[in-house]
Amino acid sequence: MTARRMGYEGVVAVAPVTVPYVRYCIQSAHWWLGKALASLLRQSGLGKDDVDGMCVSSFTLAPDTAVGLVQHLGMSPRWLDHIPMGGASGVVALRRAARAVQAGDADVVACLAGDTNHVDSFRNTVSQFSRFAQDAVYPYGAGGPNASFALLTRNYMNQTGATREDFGKLCVAQRANALRFPHALMKKPLTLQQYLDAREIAAPIHLFDCVMPCAGADAFLVMREARARDLGLPFVRILSTIERHNAWRGDAIQMRAGWSVDRDAFYDHAGVTIADVDFLQAYDDYPVINMMQIEDLGFCEKGEGPRFVRDHSFTVDGSFPFNTNGGQLSVGQAGAAGGYLGMVEALRQLTDAAGDTQVPQARIGLVSGFGMINYDRGLCTGAALLARSDA
Amino acid sequence: MTEPLTRPPRKDPVARTRQATRPPTPRSRRALGLTAAAALGRFELQVCQDCGTTQYPPREVCGHCLSERLRWQPVDASGRLLALTVLSHSNDLYFRERLPWRIGSIEMAAGPTVVAHVHGDCKEGDTVRLALKLDRSGQAVMIALPQEATPHMEDDKTLRETSSDPKFRRVLVTDGKTAVGLAVIQALLDAGATTVFAGDPETWRRSAQFDVLCKDPRVLVQDLNITDGDSVERISRSIGGKVDILINTADYQREGGILFNRDMNKAREALDINCMGLIRLAQHFGPAMAGRAADGINNAVAWVNVLSIYAHASLPARGLWSMSQAAALSVSQCLRQEFLHSGGVRVVNVFSGPLDHEWEQRTPPPRVAPKAVAAAIVKALREGSEDVYVGDVAQEFLARWRDNPKGLEREL
Repeated sequence: MTARRMGYEGVVAVAPVTVPYVRYCIQSAHWWLGKALASLLRQSGLGKDDVDGMCVSSFTLAPDTAVGLVQHLGMSPRWLDHIPMGGASGVVALRRAARAVQAGDADVVACLAGDTNHVDSFRNTVSQFSRFAQDAVYPYGAGGPNASFALLTRNYMNQTGATREDFGKLCVAQRANALRFPHALMKKPLTLQQYLDAREIAAPIHLFDCVMPCAGADAFLVMREARARDLGLPFVRILSTIERHNAWRGDAIQMRAGWSVDRDAFYDHAGVTIADVDFLQAYDDYPVINMMQIEDLGFCEKGEGPRFVRDHSFTVDGSFPFNTNGGQLSVGQAGAAGGYLGMVEALRQLTDAAGDTQVPQARIGLVSGFGMINYDRGLCTGAALLARSDA
Repeated sequence: MTEPLTRPPRKDPVARTRQATRPPTPRSRRALGLTAAAALGRFELQVCQDCGTTQYPPREVCGHCLSERLRWQPVDASGRLLALTVLSHSNDLYFRERLPWRIGSIEMAAGPTVVAHVHGDCKEGDTVRLALKLDRSGQAVMIALPQEATPHMEDDKTLRETSSDPKFRRVLVTDGKTAVGLAVIQALLDAGATTVFAGDPETWRRSAQFDVLCKDPRVLVQDLNITDGDSVERISRSIGGKVDILINTADYQREGGILFNRDMNKAREALDINCMGLIRLAQHFGPAMAGRAADGINNAVAWVNVLSIYAHASLPARGLWSMSQAAALSVSQCLRQEFLHSGGVRVVNVFSGPLDHEWEQRTPPPRVAPKAVAAAIVKALREGSEDVYVGDVAQEFLARWRDNPKGLEREL
């Protein structure tokens, strides 16, 4: 018998920070994470020693971990976590930090994710990504995530009848959103025809299905609601969170992931229904995983993703506001910060700080994370339901 | 349908020779179990001895029941190709030079899902047969092949890259007059070799069989004596840039042990031919072959040593000869690593039981026909294996040696 889960009452997320991304950078990950922490302090008015918890995600911090970063940044937290979960890092950081604050193990947790991108960083990251990848994926053409997602996309298309036009519709909509977001690296509009005409990378993946690796950092703070009020910081409430790793391990190829295991408990715990969700920030390193999230999170049945895409528009002002800042496909993928991009955007949306990407009357948002193609599939999934302070 | 290869044109003498790059090499220690199987041309995965689950990728403990009792053993190599992609981009130089490249996800009948190179004649939904092959880094890779052989399937990129097929290649047989040498020349001609350079260390000794073989215009006789450094150097300067495969068939075999056999000339000659000869060949032909390891369709691909199983454990009745075989094996192991690090020319060791030739006249049967050795060499080259044991005696020797080396030592 599983114990009843506690809620997150009285714990909030504040101060979404994005250190503007750049394509290449000669600095190290420490520089990006340091900039992110400095921005958090500036935005919140807190001092270094007020931050007594830290949670770090980065692929390019080696040989350091969160531990090395603590001394590098001259911090002295009493609670420290390192979350190597790639695209699921943002959601997982939020739920870990929230419980630490709730239990009194920390008062203010800085959640940081960032990576640098040297000219050869990406190759180094993919060639040494995991033991299974080193033994059983990289020697097969060294295509990196493009190749893995090409296989998952092929299978998804075979099973559901999804077409390139369906994936293209999502990419085009996200680009339209990105044009409203000042930090997006992609500044030019994208048409469906341009999407379809792009060069092939690993069939059926073409250029605009791929995220562009870049350098950058994102961050936020978790603290008690009372503290946020004292500091005068707009805050966001946490309704529910889930995480799941290596779900459906008997499936021969990935058509579904952890969200579908925990979905019902997720909405029940939050006390909301799917109809209450005003926007979705999904992890979008490739469009196929957007469709799997839409299905697995319950917006449509399994296999109905393509029809859902045809029935909706995904722009900020559309029928299903989705990846409102353009997502990684148009903003860029700054390593582990890619797992924070949707989270900080959701925090902005729910504190009316989203500027031109603001979804009118957004009260409840869903942030979803997906990470780590360890071998043939993504292992880490997570999701959080968030609400504006008065919702 | 695989597009058949055509005989490559003469090399442009001013064109830069493409230097070899290697596919990704690093593997976990456990994954080297795949390499061990592939080197012998076997298909083996780890199977849990407690719950029977087949593992892939290689693991330390069973992914199902956590038992540490995982054993490498043959498993059903069939599966279904669930998804296929053609890479137009790669992060690795070796593959960049060979794009487009096909890979796919295969659901094995034995359980696991495998990411593998995919032969051009396989399509999504097909039942395929997985093979473990050594790639140009010397590590094992999975290749999905059509369940039934298709025309010219050996010419597909995935197989041409992982094999050393003699088709359209030029081969040096270092001693064409030994029993094995004669058989190998014929087998290479039958296998579609463009040229066979046949070494003749003893021009004064006539061999009718050799003379017949030399009537084929593809056979070019070379005055090569591997005990003479000048001879090896002279021939290497003449043909070294055209040798794609080298097969060392030279052998000096005499009876007698060591304790009661105070004949140092015999020891010296055995070493001079079987070991020092190999070193001379390696030093003069090896560097040029390493430099041509990625030189198009007829790149330099393989170095074959014909050795005896008694290289592994001395046969006391032929102790001096066994000693020279063990020394040659040691040389071959050094060459194997050096070639791997300088382009990927594959060192193939063919271990034979007693040969059916004049120097084994008093050895009781079963003995191995030289033709069988030649056939095993061509098969190893075509299939890309690295260690080959020819004949029933050699196979039994291998099983005994792996089972109980000390026991084998007592029984020889």
